[in-house]
Amino acid sequence: MPSIRKCSVPAKALFIHEVPLKQRPATVQPGSCAGVLPNESCRVDSASGIVAQGAILTNSRWMATLGILALTAVTVSFICLHFGAQPIAYGEILRVFVDAMNRKEINDGTADVASTILLQVRMPRMLLGFLVGCSLATVGVALQALLRNPLADPYVLGVSSGAALGAAVGVLLGAGTTFLAETALPVCGFAGGLLALVIVYRMAASYEQLPIHSLLLTGVILNAVFSALIMFITSILEPNRSYGMMAWLMGTLTAPTYGSLAGLIVYLSIGLVLLFGQMWALNILALGEESARTLGIDTERAKRSIFVLAALVTGAVVSVSGMIGFIGMVVPHAVRLVTGADHRLLLPASALVGGTFLMGADTIARTMISPAEIPVGIITALAGGPFFVYLLLWRKDRLA
Amino acid sequence: MSELSDSRSTRTAMVGSVGVLQSWPAYDVQSVRFRYQSRGSDATRWILEDVSFCVQEGEVLGIVGPNGSGKTSLLKVLARLMRPLQGRIDLFGQELASRAQQEVARLVGVVQQDTQQLFPFTVAETVLMGRFPHRPHGRWTGGFGWEDQEDVTIAEQAMMMVDILHLAHRPVTDLSGGERQRAMIARALAQKTKVLLLDEPTAFLDLQHQVEICSVLLRLKEESRLTVILVSHDLNLVSQYCDRILLLDRGRVVRLGRPEEVIEPGTLESVYRCRVLVDRHPNTGLPRVTLPGRGLSGGT
Repeated sequence: MPSIRKCSVPAKALFIHEVPLKQRPATVQPGSCAGVLPNESCRVDSASGIVAQGAILTNSRWMATLGILALTAVTVSFICLHFGAQPIAYGEILRVFVDAMNRKEINDGTADVASTILLQVRMPRMLLGFLVGCSLATVGVALQALLRNPLADPYVLGVSSGAALGAAVGVLLGAGTTFLAETALPVCGFAGGLLALVIVYRMAASYEQLPIHSLLLTGVILNAVFSALIMFITSILEPNRSYGMMAWLMGTLTAPTYGSLAGLIVYLSIGLVLLFGQMWALNILALGEESARTLGIDTERAKRSIFVLAALVTGAVVSVSGMIGFIGMVVPHAVRLVTGADHRLLLPASALVGGTFLMGADTIARTMISPAEIPVGIITALAGGPFFVYLLLWRKDRLA
Repeated sequence: MSELSDSRSTRTAMVGSVGVLQSWPAYDVQSVRFRYQSRGSDATRWILEDVSFCVQEGEVLGIVGPNGSGKTSLLKVLARLMRPLQGRIDLFGQELASRAQQEVARLVGVVQQDTQQLFPFTVAETVLMGRFPHRPHGRWTGGFGWEDQEDVTIAEQAMMMVDILHLAHRPVTDLSGGERQRAMIARALAQKTKVLLLDEPTAFLDLQHQVEICSVLLRLKEESRLTVILVSHDLNLVSQYCDRILLLDRGRVVRLGRPEEVIEPGTLESVYRCRVLVDRHPNTGLPRVTLPGRGLSGGT
């Protein structure tokens, strides 16, 4: 940033106005500030905005950061497609894609194994992972700003455990153990998430306004109760079904059909786009609730809409992937250290990083003890836990 | 109540010929009562009780009083952060409660006492947030909206005024208390409002910056008829820089007037319940308050 320093030094020098108050002309010439304080008129003229411009988010920094992150995401996705129970060469991956674009895949009578693995298994699962990671990170950013607590994420509010409880009840009532295959389960999860949302909101809003600390506390209590109920349901299920439930609770991605993937993409995109629309409100809310109101934000309405959107997105994500933790907390944190706090960049950057991170984590989860798989939630927790400890021990200043 | 409405109608009649914008007082506070609403507790104590006063445009009003006298609550009521339970507040002739939040934000800038920040926005970004009320935005608080050059220039001017331009690219979370306080004042200045409400604006500032902030406020008062209402514990600062002083005690207005009318030993001793020395400032002749010193600190 040499250009900033170059400008800031003369500007600072101009500002030094050691002229004693007595020497300033006492008479006020109406309409002319130069007449009042001649030495300060040059200060005002010198404010060209150059220094400030260097210290705020600009269009070019926005484009550059997101461009780099998008390129990284594409690169990582290629690497993820390569790995698996049976590695597929990068040239082969490209060939399959080119063929798929030209719709030539059916010409060959014999089934193209690489193409089937890539297009039917790895590709949709990778896209699902990206989408889930995106959503969790975005919701995490929004809730952190809203609750003014860098430790907030979808789980703190109890919304995700509510969704999980809903899905668990679905399983208990016989909706099966494979999660994405059943259309009933996402609906159950969504209902549970909404229920949690309503309870949190009712309890926290029992006062005239919505105090943020009581919101957090309500989330903690809900989490405890919902977890107990989920464990209860798990313990009374038959062993094979309770195993499936445990795996799902730990956070697992499975390859969806393109139909269900498309539905999820549409649903989450709407939620995420609406959340992205709150970027400015999030910036101002991060200053504190009262300051935000003095700057003209209708804080109650902003809180309500962000809260509802976050719950809807979380409900959908939990019902397809279970409890994948730490992404909503760690990714926004790490991204903020690099991009700064402006949500116009922080939100999309966290979404890209969250998506990329979960793609990578899921690749590790399905290849580490291949051909068996481990729940991806374990990978994210193992990666996120140490980072969290680092924050707690050495970056206390970043925590509330 | 009939008395109140009578005075209102006569004032409206007088104003009619002169031109409304020029003549409305910045704030007209009429018998405001406020207390915190909390369930279960039988806190019946009024935080503000029957507070009435008027602040003219271009006036600097200091609010002083002992701890817990309701100074900050009064400021929050004026900032529309809290609603009075009784009484009425007019801002430039229109009831405060009936104005939209954004409209108030364009007229009134607020600097709060607690300026602790959690997120590493740069100082420049924080100050630029003061331009937010002036952004055109619709229902979805519209999009990216890169700051235009004018907003950036205004923010830079504000940073120059309070001497924080050299901190422009530093995160607010890394600043010292005084630097952060100046950043918050710069944000309120960038808001370019007609009224500034300041809660202990100089609490963390060294002498140089105290004087600097006060002269910036006085300059804006002269140049653009800025109205300033500031809460402070510093009786001397208030005495030197305020046109009028409002002395609060236990939620009631004890005295309202020019510094020499309010800052006098009898009043202060009865309100603060300790002895003080009041003499004259050698340059300005305004009252100056000193603690009694060792050996004289006993009660009145």
